[in-house]
Amino acid sequence: MDHLIIAGRQFNSRLLVGTGKFSSNQAMVAAMENSACEIVTVALRRVDIDNPQDSLLSHIDPDHYLLLPNTSGARDAEEAVRLARLARAAGCEPWIKLEVTPDPYYLLPDPIETLKAAEILVKDGFIVLPYMPADPVLARHLEEVGTATVMPLGSPIGTNQGVRTRDHIAIIIEQANIPVIVDAGLGAPSHAAEAMEMGADAVLVNTALADTPDPALMAQAFRKGVEAGREAYLAGLGGQRLQAEASSPLTGFLRND
Amino acid sequence: MKLTINGESHEYHEQLTVTQLLSRLKLRPDQVVVELNRSILAPETHNNTELKTGDVIELVQFVGGG
Repeated sequence: MDHLIIAGRQFNSRLLVGTGKFSSNQAMVAAMENSACEIVTVALRRVDIDNPQDSLLSHIDPDHYLLLPNTSGARDAEEAVRLARLARAAGCEPWIKLEVTPDPYYLLPDPIETLKAAEILVKDGFIVLPYMPADPVLARHLEEVGTATVMPLGSPIGTNQGVRTRDHIAIIIEQANIPVIVDAGLGAPSHAAEAMEMGADAVLVNTALADTPDPALMAQAFRKGVEAGREAYLAGLGGQRLQAEASSPLTGFLRND
Repeated sequence: MKLTINGESHEYHEQLTVTQLLSRLKLRPDQVVVELNRSILAPETHNNTELKTGDVIELVQFVGGG
């Protein structure tokens, strides 16, 4: 059976789901269920004391889903480390999606602060899944400091542009010895399938599932897209060529020349 | 006693432990992480941590995110 293995732990699903931006908790739960995901990301924010909301956790069954807190909001390594430690104090297993994004306009991950934070967090006993630019050299550095995966972006968070970093992701997939999870910017199941056909180990999707009138149906579509892409990769895709190659024999035509 | 909670100043007229503060704010202790003066508090210590004037507290919870 074809399992995803992260930090020695086995998963059946290669689709990770983010919980942000859903119009309601019901929509979020419906998307999670229909995606068949096993890992969900969450963020950490200050409680609104004047208007405390019921915790997101009451809608996420810890027996069914592995909670992967992210360090979104962190602008540097110090903020990311602080958020990771707060997440761990909430009683989660020490898995962390490391996200350091100082620029709010493009939300691109800071490579230097990400590597810095990754090293600190790995030493501190975390299982680190770093969100990163699609930079093969950085991917090597992150693997060397001991992260559990690398998570190169397809395109900026929430942009639905798809796999715009294809060539560099291909190099990362070729060279990485840890799972490669394409994260961010995947706006359609075809984008997810594309990443999986290239040999990515998994993908992470949030906006595409939340920002649709039918999250449950979209989640189902993404589940199929990820499975389709993975199966095509395992089956073995043919190469592209310039010249046509006929699908039927070049003899036995109904003519006499 | 003046406490800064999530960046805002609050005045309290009695002694409070962290547990008592969470109760006052109607927050469930199992859904909130507490940081006191930049130090994360283990939940077991909430009951015997006395707050004092000038303390800076962050109350943090999980929300949706990608």
